[in-house]
Amino acid sequence: MNMEQTKSVPQMMEGAELILKVLEDQGVEVIFGYPGGAVLPIYDALFRNNSIRHILVRHEQAAVHAAEGYARSTGKVGVVLVTSGPGATNAVTGLTDAMMDSVPIVCLTGQVPSHLIGTDAFQEADTSGITRPCTKHNYLCKSSASLQANVEEAFHVARSGRPGPVVIDLPKDVQLLDAPFVEGGVLNANKQRYQPRIKPAAEQVKKAVKLMKKAKQPIIYGGGGLVNSGPEASEKLRELVALTGWPSTLTLMGLGALSADDPHFLGMLGMHGTYEANMAMHQCDFMLNIGARFDDRVTGRLNAFSPSSVKVHADIDPSSIGKVVQVDVGIIGDAGAVLDALLAELKKESFAPNAKALSGWWKQINEWRARDCLKFVQSGQVIKPQNAVKRLYELSRERDIYITTEVGQHQMWAAQYFGFHQPNRWMTSGGLGTMGYGLPSAVGTQIAHPEATVIDISGEASFLMNMQELSTIAQYRLPVKVFILNNEWMGMVRQWQELNHGSRYSESYSASLPDFVKLAETFGMKGLRASNIDQLDDVITAMLDSDGPVIADICIEKEENCFPMIPSGAAHNEMILSAADEASNPVSDEGKLLV
Amino acid sequence: MLDTSVSERHTLSILVDNEPGVLARVVGLFSGRGYNIESLTVSEVDEARHQSRISVVTSGTPIVIEQIKKLLARLVPVHSVQDLTIGPAHVERELALVKTMNTGNKRVEALRVADSFRARTLDSTLNSFVFEVTGNSSKVTAFIELMSSLGDVEVARTGVCGMTRGNKIDMS
Ligand SMILES: Cc1ncc(C[n+]2csc(CCOP(=O)(O)OP(=O)(O)O)c2C)c(N)n1
Ligand SMILES: [Mg+2]
Repeated sequence: MNMEQTKSVPQMMEGAELILKVLEDQGVEVIFGYPGGAVLPIYDALFRNNSIRHILVRHEQAAVHAAEGYARSTGKVGVVLVTSGPGATNAVTGLTDAMMDSVPIVCLTGQVPSHLIGTDAFQEADTSGITRPCTKHNYLCKSSASLQANVEEAFHVARSGRPGPVVIDLPKDVQLLDAPFVEGGVLNANKQRYQPRIKPAAEQVKKAVKLMKKAKQPIIYGGGGLVNSGPEASEKLRELVALTGWPSTLTLMGLGALSADDPHFLGMLGMHGTYEANMAMHQCDFMLNIGARFDDRVTGRLNAFSPSSVKVHADIDPSSIGKVVQVDVGIIGDAGAVLDALLAELKKESFAPNAKALSGWWKQINEWRARDCLKFVQSGQVIKPQNAVKRLYELSRERDIYITTEVGQHQMWAAQYFGFHQPNRWMTSGGLGTMGYGLPSAVGTQIAHPEATVIDISGEASFLMNMQELSTIAQYRLPVKVFILNNEWMGMVRQWQELNHGSRYSESYSASLPDFVKLAETFGMKGLRASNIDQLDDVITAMLDSDGPVIADICIEKEENCFPMIPSGAAHNEMILSAADEASNPVSDEGKLLV
Repeated sequence: MLDTSVSERHTLSILVDNEPGVLARVVGLFSGRGYNIESLTVSEVDEARHQSRISVVTSGTPIVIEQIKKLLARLVPVHSVQDLTIGPAHVERELALVKTMNTGNKRVEALRVADSFRARTLDSTLNSFVFEVTGNSSKVTAFIELMSSLGDVEVARTGVCGMTRGNKIDMS
């Protein structure tokens, strides 16, 4: 490795101890992990260590999701420690999730001792081989001499550029043998071999601003890159929106970068985004994409995607630019740095929006808005899921709140009906769509923010996928709230079966559910249930007022579908807004092919 | 994107840290995303810096080629990615070992063909030769085709390696 070493006399210490020292130097306060034979030396070093806290989860997948919740809600690197073989393979779903959603994670995995690698030893797995495609980078650290450099570089890679998960596979002998440790670190920050571009090229920014000046029907389309960049990026985005007066939309991963209350905010876009956001994307003549990646949940049918717009795309990952949508100007850089540069150039050019054109554009948008695509009718006693989320939002507005979700209809209702006002408040599995993400993610979020209200908006099926973490919640007395929108269906699957498969509900019924109230009680938590609309507010209030963990079982309308929706294979301007629309817009054969 | 443009063949030259897994990382990038590898050569080229050069011949539409280059460039151990096909003029060479089995006139003809391709004879028995031929891929392919028409052949090819012409050096 071509790295500049600083000149300081190395001190010899046990590998496991060295690893913890480097973690301390990197500012690590907490590790999410699960022990096993191949990591016992590190667990032994942890036993002696007073500054790093270890949170014992109940499954290695949950360790990674917890670290993701910690990372996404703080902007810091989340750290995971698991054993070899099954410990490492259990972590793979979490690593893939972090890869897809660009979450900075360092995952230490134990490995059988070097001399046994390749012999099918007990609990041996080819961890570096298995995790190569689902990590940003990985190491099989076979030499004590490079241990410190490997761990330091892992943190640099995880957090720099487009963040992502990094695995360090550590044979047990390397953990036990003495290794050289250099106080203050061995990798000079400027000489790291991994040096992603952060600052945008001035000429690209100039080109973008030139196009911005010509825009008549513009839209700002922001994504998770805004959140990953840090809270300053959201500040800058707000400044840009105020300066331009332009309509703006955010992806699922970007929610909170603008305040939900901002009148310029059209809501989330994409498959279950708002009518106004999708129509504006379709008809705009200028699109400024900051830190989003034209994901297929967002674009709908590609050959009909925003057909008449000039497009500028800013992304920290050069390979995101031009990947699925060809753009007129690509800007490589960190979202915050790009916004900084754009604002400076706009001010220099005394930018003023085209007021006349813009007011016409807003008039059109307000007509779309007037369709009120998120309206629902709460009639009768059965709780509408939309109403449950809306009331949860309204009753928790004064609180310091963090929301995590599982995957399914409840996740989309949470995105649609819960308003986010700041970045880092919304933890959801976007790219991979991992059921079981929300509960462990809430654990990590609550560890990072012990005083805050952390709520997992959950579905009954997803909840069962990682519910062993109730035990973690109980052990650490984490006041996590689980808000289950219980429809007794894998609702999102049922909805697709209704739309695409003639209502043949194959294996999508949630049978043999536990009694969630009693389940809560066996873990020493409070269990609550709302069976009808009259109980909803009381249950939410009791849940929020409780200073311990709560499971709230919200029995909702069982066959409610999630609208609006761009059916698969359809375009932004072919949304269905309600169940009534559904019948008149059968899904195309090409659409049925898509996921 | 509906990419209707035609597929092009590109030769990429990639300078990487010679560390465990680096080849798997590069190859996995192609296989994982369904890209083609037509040929691949790799060897350490700088012992002091522990760096290797990987030459890949790939084919795809211009958008796919662009994507491949960007994805390669974002790998941590990759120092540089050169597209020799679109860059300034470059040279490409491939080496093949070709064993031919023949007797009589065909054996004489094989020697004559080898001579006209400037192939070297590395080994011979009464009814076989091993030839070494170097050149661009189409020359090597032409040689193998001619030899095949003269008898059974066994072939080992290195795949393409290449570099730019001129006085610039690609180092990290
Ligand atoms: C690990 C995993 N397996 C399967 C799926 C496919 N899937 C997507 S949503 C869903 C149903 C989720 O049901 P539930 O948690 O009850 O949420 P609901 O849609 O009913 O709100 C399934 C099975 C997935 N996303 N993740
Ligand atoms: Mg459900």
